[in-house]
Amino acid sequence: MNMIAKSALLMAVLGLSACAQGGLGGGNTVDLNANQGAASDPRSPAYFNQVVGDRVLFAVDQSSLSPEAQSILASQAQWLLTNTEYTALIEGHADEQGTREYNLALGARRANAVQEYLISQGVAANRLRTISYGKERPLEICSNESCYRQNRRAVSVIAAGAGV
Amino acid sequence: MTRFLIPVAVLALLIAGLFAPAVAQTSPGPLRIEITEGVIEPLPFAAPTFIAENAAASDVAQDITRVISADLRGTGLFREIPASAHISTITSFDSPVQYADWKAINAQALITGSVEQTANDQLVVRFRLFDVFADEPLGEGLQFVGSPESWRRMAHNVADQVYERITGETGYFDTRVAFISESGPKNARLKRLAVMDYDGANVQYLTDSRAIVLAPRFSPNGDRVIYTSYESGFPRVYLMDVATVQRRPLDALPDTMSFAPRFSPDGNRVVYSESSGGNTDIYILDLNTGQRTRLTQAPSIETAPSFSPDGSQIVFESDRSGRQQIYVMPASGGEARRVSQGTTGRYGTPVWSPRGDLIAFTFQNAGRFHIGVMRTDGSEERLLTASFLDEGPTWAPNGRVIMFTRETAGTDGAPALYSVDISGRNLQRVATPGMASDPSWSPRLP
Repeated sequence: MNMIAKSALLMAVLGLSACAQGGLGGGNTVDLNANQGAASDPRSPAYFNQVVGDRVLFAVDQSSLSPEAQSILASQAQWLLTNTEYTALIEGHADEQGTREYNLALGARRANAVQEYLISQGVAANRLRTISYGKERPLEICSNESCYRQNRRAVSVIAAGAGV
Repeated sequence: MTRFLIPVAVLALLIAGLFAPAVAQTSPGPLRIEITEGVIEPLPFAAPTFIAENAAASDVAQDITRVISADLRGTGLFREIPASAHISTITSFDSPVQYADWKAINAQALITGSVEQTANDQLVVRFRLFDVFADEPLGEGLQFVGSPESWRRMAHNVADQVYERITGETGYFDTRVAFISESGPKNARLKRLAVMDYDGANVQYLTDSRAIVLAPRFSPNGDRVIYTSYESGFPRVYLMDVATVQRRPLDALPDTMSFAPRFSPDGNRVVYSESSGGNTDIYILDLNTGQRTRLTQAPSIETAPSFSPDGSQIVFESDRSGRQQIYVMPASGGEARRVSQGTTGRYGTPVWSPRGDLIAFTFQNAGRFHIGVMRTDGSEERLLTASFLDEGPTWAPNGRVIMFTRETAGTDGAPALYSVDISGRNLQRVATPGMASDPSWSPRLP
């Protein structure tokens, strides 16, 4: 588990302790569900998206995973292994610097690269699916590299479900 | 009064002018194009308003005349002498033509016609074409009969006749274009499947904008459209009957994505791309038997397949060499030979001309996109356009005009349809209700 996850877990534990000791004040009723679903709850998809990181980026025309991408995906895998009630749909995307069909195929390559890496980290294959959007769903819409690099991405979208 | 067809003087620019040095054309007849230093002199014609045989036909007679004129002018090969310059007026369809009056204003071709709305609510359109400097008709007068709603098709049929008699090429005006109608901002685009007349009239939407739809292609007789849709949640090929708007997805294996479909020339098979395990290859589906055959088996991307018009070969793009190139293989699969010859840049979206002689493609190099054509052996490659983003050529059924998508750059970037002659001339925007992309030109309508 990486540092961010550990510290978040520690904070959650401390929070619970504080509640038990009445350290947070405000009455004797403690709502242990208060932060469930928020990004501070390490079990939530919001945590996955914002703390673990739901996306990796790619170089132009490439589907290979950079060291940074692999690190993020290793954390994604850990989260999925810990939180087994979720599946992931991996979306592959491309920037607009290419023809429509080729970009659909390139997006498929990128999504597959992420899927294979997660499987190599122990995630069961039946919990993962891939889809390509080619260049159809850009995040950033300026026509230069600062936007293009954000669009060359694979996003792991978490959904509830045990896998097919 | 009818005349036999006289030998037609052909506009040589469309054939000789493309691949040979431009020369002044001397033909036996007076209808000719002067080609000097690559500049084509459009042929001047006059099309006085078609005579309304009864009052009910008055408006549609003017509309029909306008559509005929627009079709001819839109080719870039014809120039209209406006009515304000006419010396004679045509007052009756059967009166003799005063050739001297038309020669005086240099109207080398004269089109006359009449329109009648009959008692049983049919439209009758008659026309004659005259070779003015030869003092006689060019070909026979013809008559078209149809419903009043089909007036545009009848106008296009007249223009096709004129075009064919003067150029020797088949016309392309009585055609439709399937395309994607787009709206909304660049990061939340809505796309709908649509069809329209080639000149932008009679737009008809075939889907709503609930799901991404891409790249529709007409069947060989124009009755069906095949396209890619995300309506199931994943990209998948759908077959739609244009008249009924009924659609069905083509069979697909689980965990696959399919896209880039095209019909075979006999309309019985669909060639397309399928992605599985991150790898994209080319498959053929027999629409009648449901049999699916894999044509390529390579770890590279193989996509954008297109049949030759005789159905024996398939051209496609592949990055097996390290970057996108164009290849041709037998339609049964098997060894592919590389066709594109450039040593830089990327080649994609190959489409075989309906005449069989050329392959149109998208070329991408140094941050620019181009529409181009090459011979089927890859020789004589010519780029016809250049911009920030041109892609996805489609052929007019006579193999002489190409329509494609052009998208502008930036946050307000928007796609539109353009057409260009295969000589690279006459680049024009195609009228669409809003943003548009992915055009597919129908055959001549039956």
